Amino acid sequence: MAVSDTKRSPTRRRQPSNAKSILGLTGPAYLWLIVTILLPLAAMFYFSFLSDVPLPGRDWQVTLSNYAAFFQEDFYRTLMLRSLRLGFEVALWCFLIGFPCAYVLAKTIKGRWREALFLMVIIPFWSNALIRVFSWTMVLRGNGILESLLDWLIPGFGSLRLMFTYEAVVIGLVHSYLPYMILTCYISLSTIDDDLIDAARSMGASRLTVLRRIILPLSMPGIVAGAVLIFVPVIGSFMEPRILGGREGTFLGTVIEDQFTSVFNWPLGAALSFILLACVLIIFAIFQPILRRAS
Amino acid sequence: MASVTVSHVNKSFGEFQALDDVSIEFADGGFYALLGPSGSGKTTLLRQIAGFSFPDSGEILIGGEAVESLPVEKRNIGMMFQNYALFPNMSVFDNVAFGLMVRSTPKPEIKARVGEALELVRLSGYDERKPHQLSGGQRQRVALARAIVFRPRVLLLDEPLSALDKALRLGMQVELKRIQREVGITTIFVTHDQEEALTLSDKVGVLKDGKLLQEGPPRELYERPATAFAATFLGDANLFEGDVDDGELALSDGTRLRATAPLTGVGKATCAVRPEKMAIAEEGEPPLADHNLLEAELQEIIFAGNSLSYLLRRNDIHLRVFAQNRATAELQPGQRVRLTWRVADTIPVEA
Ligand SMILES: Nc1ncnc2c1ncn2[C@@H]1O[C@H](COP(=O)(O)OP(=O)(O)OP(=O)(O)O)[C@@H](O)[C@H]1O
Ligand SMILES: [Mg+2]
Repeated sequence: MAVSDTKRSPTRRRQPSNAKSILGLTGPAYLWLIVTILLPLAAMFYFSFLSDVPLPGRDWQVTLSNYAAFFQEDFYRTLMLRSLRLGFEVALWCFLIGFPCAYVLAKTIKGRWREALFLMVIIPFWSNALIRVFSWTMVLRGNGILESLLDWLIPGFGSLRLMFTYEAVVIGLVHSYLPYMILTCYISLSTIDDDLIDAARSMGASRLTVLRRIILPLSMPGIVAGAVLIFVPVIGSFMEPRILGGREGTFLGTVIEDQFTSVFNWPLGAALSFILLACVLIIFAIFQPILRRAS
Repeated sequence: MASVTVSHVNKSFGEFQALDDVSIEFADGGFYALLGPSGSGKTTLLRQIAGFSFPDSGEILIGGEAVESLPVEKRNIGMMFQNYALFPNMSVFDNVAFGLMVRSTPKPEIKARVGEALELVRLSGYDERKPHQLSGGQRQRVALARAIVFRPRVLLLDEPLSALDKALRLGMQVELKRIQREVGITTIFVTHDQEEALTLSDKVGVLKDGKLLQEGPPRELYERPATAFAATFLGDANLFEGDVDDGELALSDGTRLRATAPLTGVGKATCAVRPEKMAIAEEGEPPLADHNLLEAELQEIIFAGNSLSYLLRRNDIHLRVFAQNRATAELQPGQRVRLTWRVADTIPVEA
């Protein structure tokens, strides 16, 4: 009885055409993703198991040695930890600087000023990344803009020795990726109803309690999204470390880039890339419960 | 519990004067309804009392203590918002416990008092639900429990029932009144629904353009409105304009109406009569001594189940009469009828 009922129900009959329209709408996007991302990625995955670049005239066979290299040499593991630390630190600084900025934009400023400030947040996105990094070298280098300014404010200040350090890399990366954090936090902050804040205050909550118990938990999806958006590209970054870090700027990203551009050892570069990807996935898997609760 | 005194409070937003020298005394344990049209400054006044915003001048006392310089979190008030404003990330229990938690109440006491509060609003057993798993009426009750659980001195309600449908609203009105009586908390209730104001409160204040027009017990306000605006905003009213002549109101066509008391002064005057106080006289019925009499043309009869509305016209005056649905005489639109009502129901008002 029940079976024949459901067969005759209109929703049941509409289902096939529904599936067809879903396929029709999403199909082109998936096709595009397969062609542009999955196929090259699959090719790279294949490369990572080869002993040499598969070009005519080269001698190559299938091997696991590229992956083994990572586990045999401490050098790569140290670099991996360094890169992960860089990712965490940049994401943390972006949160510490970006969240208050997003809060002010979303909750305290109204009208035209908000648009103007928003523009100032977005503008770094519009400028060329290389120009952005090189302008930081002008600021950070010895006798550069920052040191001259400090020297002018506090005569005899001396040197900061910031250029070509780990800190310089962090500064450059935070500047590049800050807009992600501000935008994602802004979006989730602006969905928080002002009445919630008023309600909490009417019950006697101090501003700090409101921040800790209401605002931070409710904007967690934005914070997490921003952190993920920053963490992933930062651990693979090579341009900022190379230009601002100098000799201190060796990270997994720069080593991978070397394999592709100067050493011409694509298989090793590909293998390192996939190990990095695996690391990211493992980290996300470990934090999965926290991430799920946040969003 | 505490009384609340608002005295000579002014508040402007730029050029716009939202509150204009408002003085109100809210009695300890009383239920006061602030009534007024949209934009009259009700929410603004409530926010000054709560401490979300501060008056430009004037005094606010809660329990005899001046609070103008205290921010909202220091005033110990309970507030219920129009859109509930429940914390979506917390369970019902945590929502209600919030006010106790910020006061560092010991855990066992929090548990006991949240339990009591949820019982009071008849939501025991809903502790673990999230706000999105509740119906509108249930959310409303959580909001109420949350506002009173930490025993605030005053309860402020900004149109708390306007988001509910009519049946639920009537139910919540009864609940609200019961809870207010049980807890005995001084309550200030903002609404633009005159019926709600009249049923719930023991005192009503009418605000218009940031000014307090009139206040008093609901019955007094309804029976003796001081202004034409109060008469028409609080219920329905027929207004008669004319000249004062020998203590009576002389309409432009010469008809003379007597009011509750002989009119004093000279020149123009206005009187208001509630539509349900008027009746259509039977054919040949002799006029009564203490009644006013007026002839008018019946234009339309509106049927609303248990009651009828008659729309009538006399020259340029449009009149409304409400009657129970048991009229015996068959009246037809276009017919001329005689209206009678008691002199005591003819209230002189300010125009
Ligand atoms: N922050 C503000 N800035 C400028 N004007 C304001 C502000 N808050 C309120 N007003 C103005 O003050 C007047 C009174 O507003 P209020 O919110 O108190 O009205 P209300 O009586 O609560 O009306 P409603 O029934 O529509 O809620 C309105 O004309 C409003 O435009
Ligand atoms: Mg309002």
